[in-house]
Amino acid sequence: MNTTKHSSKLNRREILFSLGAGSMALVTLTMLPGLARADKAAADGEIKKILGGKTAQDGRVTLDVPQIAENGNTVQLEVAVDSPMTEKDYCKAVHVFADGNPVPNVASFHFTPASGKAVAATRMRLAKTQNVIALAEMSDGSIYSTQAAVKVTIGGCGG
Amino acid sequence: MATSKPRIKLPAKAAKGEVIQIKTLISHKMESGQRKDKKTGEKIPRQIINKFVCTFKGKEVFSADWHGAISANPYMSFYAVATESGAYEFTWTDDDGSIYTKSAEITVS
Repeated sequence: MNTTKHSSKLNRREILFSLGAGSMALVTLTMLPGLARADKAAADGEIKKILGGKTAQDGRVTLDVPQIAENGNTVQLEVAVDSPMTEKDYCKAVHVFADGNPVPNVASFHFTPASGKAVAATRMRLAKTQNVIALAEMSDGSIYSTQAAVKVTIGGCGG
Repeated sequence: MATSKPRIKLPAKAAKGEVIQIKTLISHKMESGQRKDKKTGEKIPRQIINKFVCTFKGKEVFSADWHGAISANPYMSFYAVATESGAYEFTWTDDDGSIYTKSAEITVS
């Protein structure tokens, strides 16, 4: 009984609050999971795993993200790799990381020669202003990397 | 979540050897595992689609591993070489083991 009473009180407060501050603010508040913990070290660790002792070279991979993201819940992300995409020479995968998210892994895209173009796009969550890193693995074993900074106005649910 | 509804967009016709764009969208909350329940203060367990695969005649064309940072109602676009007429098969795998599928036909001339 006690808990029911408590939650109904909370609900009333929320309603009042949303009337006062606007429902958008409430939505944002409910999505904040306490303190966002930046984990750059975790991102570096994940990147090292992919590299496996190799060094990443610059070039060939491009990362298309906005400079400023107003809403961290949906940030456009497009990766493109300059590769002929033939059976002998193609881009195997692109791994994307966000170094300020509580979990640095964003996505890995796996291409095949049947992809024709090593280009993929999706939408991601960013907890706060941070760097987005892309690592492209080629069929010959070489790895290319690039990174871009994204300014986030309102953090996403991810952190 | 049986309500996940996949949507696919690709050209109905293509010339042989043409590189076509395929756009996909599926409704899913993509619960990141980072949010806390406001009332209990407990973390809401992660429930996302963690794998997306596109195949053509049994052969993989493109696949993606998704993590908690992928937005709700995940969108994915990529490319494929149109070699012959047939159907592209799409599969999404949920953390809870559910599998959502859809296919889309293309005519290649």
